[in-house]
Amino acid sequence: MDRTLPASQRGSAMASRLTISNRAGWGFALPAFALITIFIILPFFFAFYLSLTNQRLISPNPTQFVGLENYRDLLGLSVITLGPERDENGAAVLNELGDLTYPRVRTVTRNPDFPQYRGMREWFRWRSGENARVVIASDVVFWKALANTLTFVFFIVPLQGGGALLLALLINQKLRGINFFRTIYFMPVVISIVVISLLWRFIYDGGDGLLNNILGALSFGLFPPVDWLGQPETALGSIIVMSAWQAVGFHMVIWLSGLQTISPTLYEVAAIEGASKWQTFRYVTWPGLRNTAVLVLIVITMQAFALFAQIDVMTNGGPLDSTQTLVFQAVERGYGKQDISGGSTISVLLFFIVLLISLTQRYLTRDRS
Amino acid sequence: MALVTKENAGLRLVTRYAVLTLVALVFAFPLVFMIISSLKPDQQLLQDTSSLRAFLPVGDISLDNYRAAFDRAPIGRFMLNSIFVTIVTVSMSVAICSLAAFAFVYMKWSGRDAALSIVLATLIIPFETIAVPLLLMVSRLPWIGVEGVEWGWLNTYRVQIVPWIVDALTVFLFVQYFKDLPRELIEAARAEGASWFQVYRRVVMPLSGPVLATAVILKSLKMYNEQYLWPLIVVQDEAHRPIMVGLGYFFQLNVAWGELMAYLTLISVPVLVFYLILQRAFIASIASTGVKG
Repeated sequence: MDRTLPASQRGSAMASRLTISNRAGWGFALPAFALITIFIILPFFFAFYLSLTNQRLISPNPTQFVGLENYRDLLGLSVITLGPERDENGAAVLNELGDLTYPRVRTVTRNPDFPQYRGMREWFRWRSGENARVVIASDVVFWKALANTLTFVFFIVPLQGGGALLLALLINQKLRGINFFRTIYFMPVVISIVVISLLWRFIYDGGDGLLNNILGALSFGLFPPVDWLGQPETALGSIIVMSAWQAVGFHMVIWLSGLQTISPTLYEVAAIEGASKWQTFRYVTWPGLRNTAVLVLIVITMQAFALFAQIDVMTNGGPLDSTQTLVFQAVERGYGKQDISGGSTISVLLFFIVLLISLTQRYLTRDRS
Repeated sequence: MALVTKENAGLRLVTRYAVLTLVALVFAFPLVFMIISSLKPDQQLLQDTSSLRAFLPVGDISLDNYRAAFDRAPIGRFMLNSIFVTIVTVSMSVAICSLAAFAFVYMKWSGRDAALSIVLATLIIPFETIAVPLLLMVSRLPWIGVEGVEWGWLNTYRVQIVPWIVDALTVFLFVQYFKDLPRELIEAARAEGASWFQVYRRVVMPLSGPVLATAVILKSLKMYNEQYLWPLIVVQDEAHRPIMVGLGYFFQLNVAWGELMAYLTLISVPVLVFYLILQRAFIASIASTGVKG
C-alpha cells in the first residue's frame, strides 16, 4: 500500500506504520462491528420506526405512518371523580349491603361531552369522602404490565441482592467442606430458567404441590393449601421468590469476589479495636463492597426488566393480568397478536426505562477513580 | 473472648453446619425432586408429593419415563440441534469478539473509540425488546448457499447462530483482559516484524486461557439454556428445533409428568455434570465478570 505514496512521504508512513494501522484495525474489528450493527443496532432503530406506524405481521393494507398515535393509545391515563347516585331528594342511594352506589364508568367514557376519555376503561379506584376516584386508562393491560414489572423489580432487587450477600457472608468462612456448600448454592444458576419454571409449577401446584405439603407438614395441617400461581394475590410473589432462588447463587459469587478484595488488615484492626460483628460489617465490610453493590443492583434490575420466560412458562400473564409484564406484553402483541407496531411501542418504552436505570448507574458510580 | 470454651466452640461449629445444610436443602430440593420423579410412574409420582417419598427413589422405580419420552419427541434430534448451535456460536463468538477486542486495545485506527462505545452501548438493549423487529428482518434476509441465493432465514440453523455470535459482554470481557496484558510483549513482537495477525495468534491468544474459559462458559450457558423466546418464534420445523422449545411436546392435552421430568433431567444433567467437573472455572468466570464492573 506504500507504493501509491510519493517517495517523500514514504518515510513518515513507514515510521507510523508500527502504531497507526487503520486498515488492519478496521479489518479486525469489522466482523464483530458488522454483526452487532445488523443484529442489534438495526432492529433497535427498526423498533423505533415501527412504533410510529400501524405495521401488522400480515395485513392486506399498506403500512401507514401514524406519528405518536401508538404512544397515546398506550399511555393515555386519567383520574375521574364519580359522585354517588342520589335519589330525587338528594339522598345517596345505598345498595343492599349499605354501600354507596356510583354511576358506571362508561357513563363518562361514552359521554360525547368528554371526548378525551373515549375508549378508556377502569384500572382501579379508591374512595375519597363520598366520591369515588377512578383511574381510567386507554390500555389497562399495559399499565398493569408496567405496574407489575416495577413491583417485580422493587421486590426482587433487595430479595436477590440481599439474599446473595447473606449467602456470600455465610460461605466466606473458613470451614472444612465449605466448597461443597458453595457448589450446591450455585447449582440452580446452571439450570435453564425454563426448566426451573416448569419444576416450580409443580412445587406451587394448588392441589398437591410440594410447597403446600411442606407447609402443611411443618404447621401440622394448620396451613390451608394455596393455589400459588392461580390467585392474583400470590402469583407475582411466587414468581419473584422463584426467580430470586434461581439467580441468587450468581450474585453470591459476585459478592464473594468483592469480599475477597477487602484487605485482611482492616479486619485485624477492627478486631484489635474490639468492634462487634455488626460494627465490623457496617464500617469495614460494607464500605469495601460499595462498587460491588452498585454492580449487583444494576445487573439484577436490568435482568428483572427483561422478565419473560418465567411468565410464559408459568402463568401466561394471568390470573386476571396479575403477572403481565412489559416484555411479555411486547412479545404477546408483536408476535402473538401480530400487532407489530403495538409491541414495538412497548419495547421502545421499556428501552427508555432501562436507559434511565443505566444513567442512574453512571451517576452513582461517577466519583470512582 | 476468653470465655469461649471447647464445648461452646463445638456447639457453634455444629450450628454453622446445620445452617449451611439447611440452606443447601433449599437449593437442592427441586433438582432432587426432578431426578427422583423421572424414575416413577405418573400416579405414584403425584401421590408421593405428599410425603418425603417425593425425594426418595422408592416404590416402582424404572427408566420407563425415559423410554416413553424418547418415543414422544425426537429428543436426540433436539439435543444435537442445541449442541450444534451452541458449539458453532460459541467458537465463532470467541474468535470474532477476541479479534475485535485485540483491535480495540492494541491498535490505533481512526474511529476506534467511537466504534468501541457503540459496541458497549448495546449492553443495555434487552434482547426481548428487539426480538420482533429482528424477526421481520431475518424473514427477508438473503443467504448465499450451495444452491445459489435464498431469501429468508426462518427454520434454519443460521437464524439461531448468526445473530448471537457477537455480544457486547463477550467483547467487554476480552477488552478488560487484554488491557492487563503487558504491552511490551506486543510491541516487541511488532518490532521484530510480526504481522498484527501473528501477534494475535502467537502472542496474545496463548496468554488468554482464563478469559477464554470465562467467555466460553458464559456463552455456552446462554446458548444451551436460554435459547427459548428466539427459537420459539423463528423455528417452526422439528428438524431445527432446540431442546427448550421441544418442551411443548409434553404439554399436549394431558401433561405426562413423569415423561416431562425425564426430559427435564435429560436436558439439565449434561450441564450439571460439566458444572460439577469444572466448578472452579464456572465460579471463577462469574466472579471475573464482577471484579471490574
